[in-house]
Amino acid sequence: MSMDRKSFLKITGCAVAGAIAGGKLAGLVAGAEDADYVPGPEALTARRWGMVVDTRKCRKEEGCTDCIRACHEAHNVPQIPDKTREVKWVWKEKFEHAFPSHETEYPNEELHGREVLVLCNHCDEPPCVRVCPTQATWKRESDGIVMMDWHRCIGCRYCIAACPYGSRSFNWGDPRPHIPKIRADYPTRTKGVVEKCTFCEERLARGEMPACVEACPEKALVFGDLADPASEVRRLLRTEYALRRKPELGTKPEVFYIL
Amino acid sequence: MRDRPWILLGLALFAALVTFPLWYNTALGVAPKELELEKARGDACIYETAYMRERHMDVLMKWRDEVVRRGNRLVRIGGKTFEMSLTKTCLDCHRSKERFCDRCHDYAAVTPYCWDCHVAPEQGRVVAARARTAEGR
Repeated sequence: MSMDRKSFLKITGCAVAGAIAGGKLAGLVAGAEDADYVPGPEALTARRWGMVVDTRKCRKEEGCTDCIRACHEAHNVPQIPDKTREVKWVWKEKFEHAFPSHETEYPNEELHGREVLVLCNHCDEPPCVRVCPTQATWKRESDGIVMMDWHRCIGCRYCIAACPYGSRSFNWGDPRPHIPKIRADYPTRTKGVVEKCTFCEERLARGEMPACVEACPEKALVFGDLADPASEVRRLLRTEYALRRKPELGTKPEVFYIL
Repeated sequence: MRDRPWILLGLALFAALVTFPLWYNTALGVAPKELELEKARGDACIYETAYMRERHMDVLMKWRDEVVRRGNRLVRIGGKTFEMSLTKTCLDCHRSKERFCDRCHDYAAVTPYCWDCHVAPEQGRVVAARARTAEGR
């Protein structure tokens, strides 16, 4: 049997087209695509979620770590003692490290060394999002939350390099042995994945406030819609003098601090 | 072409070796191993069983994209509403990951990595119990 190039290509082309059409047809026949996808009815929504940290109230409870504990328990965050491998979503940082642009060579004795609660700023211009090659991290159009899709993260750590706030942690190993109590209602992460605070988007979707906000005994963390002039966060920003971390970088953090 | 007999013999030998498990089992009359899956709670799955058997991974991928990328949490199928959650919805009826998911995945020799991150409820209990014992509580 002999076949010239032309008829070979014809036959191959027909076979491929037939296979694709057949596959499509099989998909249509199975037909499970007639489903509606909707958000939960009790979901909290906003046009721009943001947070105000009232450090005056926060300081009232010396040594309190309720918010950190609540967050890390809610999200299966591993507790790794090795500082070079630790994973954290919310933690305390010294004032001069959190606000280096506000520190001069003549430190203010009240502020210098004071501990400030820090977390992902959910920037309006997030540099992490710009560098992510897989869109595993992206800014949600609807409410401005800088989201994480751990399914997509390939562990390149560009976002860690890009984030000026150190808000992102990398899983150098399997985190599970370091999680004191694994919750089944939230996934853990796996080796080679970057993680960070997500403003508790899974709790907002159920109509709950972020875990840290709920856990704070002094109500020092105020969470709300920055796009709504009547919201509590906007009222605080109107009446109090509030700082953003490293404003000179132009990332427009949406976490504000009242000192 | 003096080697033709040798080549053909080699090919025949190769084919015989590769298919050895098949005809050996046929000759001995070994029945294929039955796959025993735990019966699910409830009377019906969200989709037809046959469809789910073949395409549950596509359903789960679709759910993943809807929940994570689009912020949708619920799916309405034929008047019924379900939360799109592997651990809360699927495993609510298929109570045991070991006796349902794992058994079939082992049988089909596939290793999906869902459970690298997602925690089956009983798995969570086991890990928690282990952690408690370690702390001596």
